[in-house]
Amino acid sequence: MSPIRARLDVREFAAVLLRGTLLAAFLSAAAVAPAALGEPPNTIRIDVKDFMFAPTSMTVKAGATVTWTNMDQEPHTLKSSDGLFRSGALDTGDSFSFKFDKPGTYQYVCTIHPRMVGTVVVE
Amino acid sequence: MSDDRKLHSRRGALKCLAYGGAGTLFALSGGVFTPIDLARAATDKEGTARLGKPLFVQISDTHIGFNKEANPDVNGTLNQAIDLVNAMNDQPPLIIHTGDITHLSRPAEFDLAQQLFTRLRTSEMHTVPGEHDTSDPTVSEYFKRFGSVSGNKGYYSFDQAGVHFIGLINVLEFKPGGLGTLGEAQLAWVKDDLRGRSASTPLVVFAHMPLWTIYEPWGWGTGDLGALMSELKRFGSVTVLNGHIHQIVQKVEGNITFHTARSTAYPQPAAGLGEGPGPLKVASDELPKMLGVTSISEKKHPRSLSFSDATLA
Repeated sequence: MSPIRARLDVREFAAVLLRGTLLAAFLSAAAVAPAALGEPPNTIRIDVKDFMFAPTSMTVKAGATVTWTNMDQEPHTLKSSDGLFRSGALDTGDSFSFKFDKPGTYQYVCTIHPRMVGTVVVE
Repeated sequence: MSDDRKLHSRRGALKCLAYGGAGTLFALSGGVFTPIDLARAATDKEGTARLGKPLFVQISDTHIGFNKEANPDVNGTLNQAIDLVNAMNDQPPLIIHTGDITHLSRPAEFDLAQQLFTRLRTSEMHTVPGEHDTSDPTVSEYFKRFGSVSGNKGYYSFDQAGVHFIGLINVLEFKPGGLGTLGEAQLAWVKDDLRGRSASTPLVVFAHMPLWTIYEPWGWGTGDLGALMSELKRFGSVTVLNGHIHQIVQKVEGNITFHTARSTAYPQPAAGLGEGPGPLKVASDELPKMLGVTSISEKKHPRSLSFSDATLA
């Protein structure tokens, strides 16, 4: 075997080794899925049930996504007092998600049943 | 007939729900309601002649898009209500819809509702939105279709047969606790609109949320109605028509008569009976007895308006 051929073999071998490592890492990451399918990681759930937000006040870390799901037979909406977010009408089973990037206290209301008030505190 | 006291007892409330059966006629004379049995009125020619020609029909809370157990076919019950109106011998010159045309403010729901309304023999319809019509994120779907008459403000007025009609919007902002709001700009416009009008002009004021406090815990009322009432009280005959609560509640206060309409989609519980103001499931043969429309006629001597509340069955 000539010396040149030996060097090519080593490089080829290294490339295969690298690809294999990356593939293994990818597969192991996909196998460990912390959030439910379709949801971004770090999702917090609020149920809209019996004309109330459950829980009424929720504290989350900045960067978290909150997902509201309407469990009532009546539609509800979500509108933040400061205009930051506004869902359309959520029918039974519909969800709405919002990612809270900045710390603060965010009050929101259902525009169809405005006695329903909730708060998200972002730390 | 005031049902205020009845609402506070369960038995009274249940009687109230059952009462709306075959259709009740209320004649208003000198500010007092007198119920007239509709069956008797049918044979009492002189009596019905006294009631006068229909001025308009009030339809409310059609909730196109609703498909839950309380009524899986709101399109069907709206069609039945339309058939009821179309069967009137004397057609009213106009229809007033007191809101919640759709259930979720979706374009397809508005389109279907408008399509169904074309079946009405009376083509002139005046609307005000309910909170179910203004729940899209940009609050624009209702106004795209019905906003031009009010320059997209939601409030407007017009005249018909010497009666002055005022359409108001009280579902855009809400007081804490859920009561509807008219707002400063709209109240200023009402003051302006009524300035200089003769006190003998009959007024019809229509809006979705009740313009008097029926039951505050469920948001059945309007927070800033006081300013509106001071403008209205100098007039000799004022009729206030609302929807939202899906049942008939009436009150007479001086020269002002308040009346909420049934829905054509689903009934709601009487005030305080249940978790909240949501759809009330009833036996399928009871449902048509709790849905309907109202015909309002004008009597000439003395000049006043009378109501005829009709149900689908």
